[in-house]
Amino acid sequence: MSEKQFKHKLYVKKGLDIAFTPEVMEKVNKIISHYPAGQQKSALIPLLHIAQEELGGSLNVDIMDYVAGLLNITPIEVYEVATFYSQFYIDPVGKYVIEVCQTGPCAICGADDMIAYLEEKLQIKVGETTEDKLFSLKAVECLGACGSAPVMQVNTEFHEFLDLQKIDEIIAKLRSESELKKPEELTWKERLS
Amino acid sequence: MERKIILENIEIEGIRSLEVYRKNGGYKSIEKALKTMTPDEVVNEVKTSGLRGRGGAGFPTGMKWSFIDKKSGNPRYLVCNGDESEPGTFKDRYLLMNIPHRLVEGMICAAYALGANTAYIYVRGEFKQVIGILNEAIKESYKAGLLGKNILGSGYDLDLHVHTGAGAYICGEETALLESLEGKRGNPRLKPPFPAIKGLYGCPTVVNNVETLANIGWIVNNGGEAYSKIGIGRSTGTKLISACGNINNPGVYEIELGLPVEEFIYSDKYCGGVKGGKELKAVIPGGSSVPILPKNLILKTAEGQPRLMSYESLSEGGFITGSMLGSGGFIVYDEDACIVRNTYNFSRFYHHESCGQCSPCREGTSWMESVLHRIENGEGKMKDIDLLVSIAGKIEGNTICPLGDAASWPVAAAIRHFRHEFESHIKE
Repeated sequence: MSEKQFKHKLYVKKGLDIAFTPEVMEKVNKIISHYPAGQQKSALIPLLHIAQEELGGSLNVDIMDYVAGLLNITPIEVYEVATFYSQFYIDPVGKYVIEVCQTGPCAICGADDMIAYLEEKLQIKVGETTEDKLFSLKAVECLGACGSAPVMQVNTEFHEFLDLQKIDEIIAKLRSESELKKPEELTWKERLS
Repeated sequence: MERKIILENIEIEGIRSLEVYRKNGGYKSIEKALKTMTPDEVVNEVKTSGLRGRGGAGFPTGMKWSFIDKKSGNPRYLVCNGDESEPGTFKDRYLLMNIPHRLVEGMICAAYALGANTAYIYVRGEFKQVIGILNEAIKESYKAGLLGKNILGSGYDLDLHVHTGAGAYICGEETALLESLEGKRGNPRLKPPFPAIKGLYGCPTVVNNVETLANIGWIVNNGGEAYSKIGIGRSTGTKLISACGNINNPGVYEIELGLPVEEFIYSDKYCGGVKGGKELKAVIPGGSSVPILPKNLILKTAEGQPRLMSYESLSEGGFITGSMLGSGGFIVYDEDACIVRNTYNFSRFYHHESCGQCSPCREGTSWMESVLHRIENGEGKMKDIDLLVSIAGKIEGNTICPLGDAASWPVAAAIRHFRHEFESHIKE
């Protein structure tokens, strides 16, 4: 096994200084209070959502260790959960994660065409991120909105009854939105890079 | 057969808010249950109603409630399963987006009946908008004294919280959901012990689907007897059916159980017929896990009786000629649909969603996907068809949770009814 294979990205600790802002901590503590004393581990999934949103769009070992500390659980308990659920990204992702539903009902309503069109439009394959780090494209399983197929979500915002024209509009809107962003609004990850 | 229980008043503007919901008769059941009924009386009304679990299994709700361990002295929990992930099913999302207080009302009655002082609503992580709406509804209810300490002066306390999932179909299985709620991977637990004895945090717990709980307010208000008169036979009440696929009017419909399938597909009140005037080919009537049926068997049973939208009628003929009502995820296929491609698609889904705990499911779903992939891509061999039947047979019944069954049934049914399509895929 080469060194590269052995050093899985999950286990590379960068020693980053990670902390939620006081406002986010308030939210975190409120979530923890929803569960009985001693069962604070229940807050793990909600906290990982917050961490992913607040700290740059994906999780890394430093972030996961930080969350483990907040809940007073071992890091491995966080890793095993973060790698189980498909909404958590261990690989870095673009600012907008486009997830197109590819399951049965969406498939018979044209999901494959939507995916092919997005691949061509963004010049990336499913699973990749554009060079400018703006878009990541993923094909995912059932999003639970089969009645308005084909469906995709962009960072958990649903877009339904898709067609090629709608995709053009969504991408154009996201592109113009990203240009408007002021430096102080940049996320943690963007600031690092 | 027009009958609205869950979606009653849904067309009223602003019904999402507590104020409008209450103005239209909402939350009356809380007053009645908490002040004039004992918890056991509420359980008995639900038993009398004949209400069955709306998540897919169809287990009698009142009976499930009566199993809860009241002797252990441990706190009891009510958990609402809002992890709606079964392909073809989107009814709970519709209900929660439009009339979230229906669920909150039902949960207060249910939690009171079970003697639970804490309840959780587990919602799949992708439904961020739904989570926002639910949190808003809960906030309103707390403010109005319908949640929290001493609800409406009755002396009964209940805390209700929304818990977010993170994209795992398996968490719709009740014990996997509890694991996930405890902050773990969604690996289903061995049963027994059932959640009613050892559930959340090892305490007695009842897990019910969103739609199931949304019925409770009506049952408390009108009595179990009145509910049991709606529907047909042992399929009492109404059911939300989410219709999708190649039809003119995809959407969520509340039907009285017993409606003929033919009427549901062709009436303009419901699906409005097959899109583009095409011929109907097949239907999956209860979410992707249940067997697909060709046109002749979905419209009529093997005996030639009209097929009805009910637990009994849809399963008549067993898996040889029947299917299941399941979650009510009604997927319609027109004459151009490719059954092989569709079966491959679902097998990829189940492979992706298998938690990996049991070997038959972990390995079997992977094998079914690969074999179907090669058939779909013109590289299949004739013996692959029987190989698929054999793999499906070896998964079914050999796993901790029903995901194994759910993965094998669609494959077995597609080959049972459309073997010729698999053969022609391989020949060409």
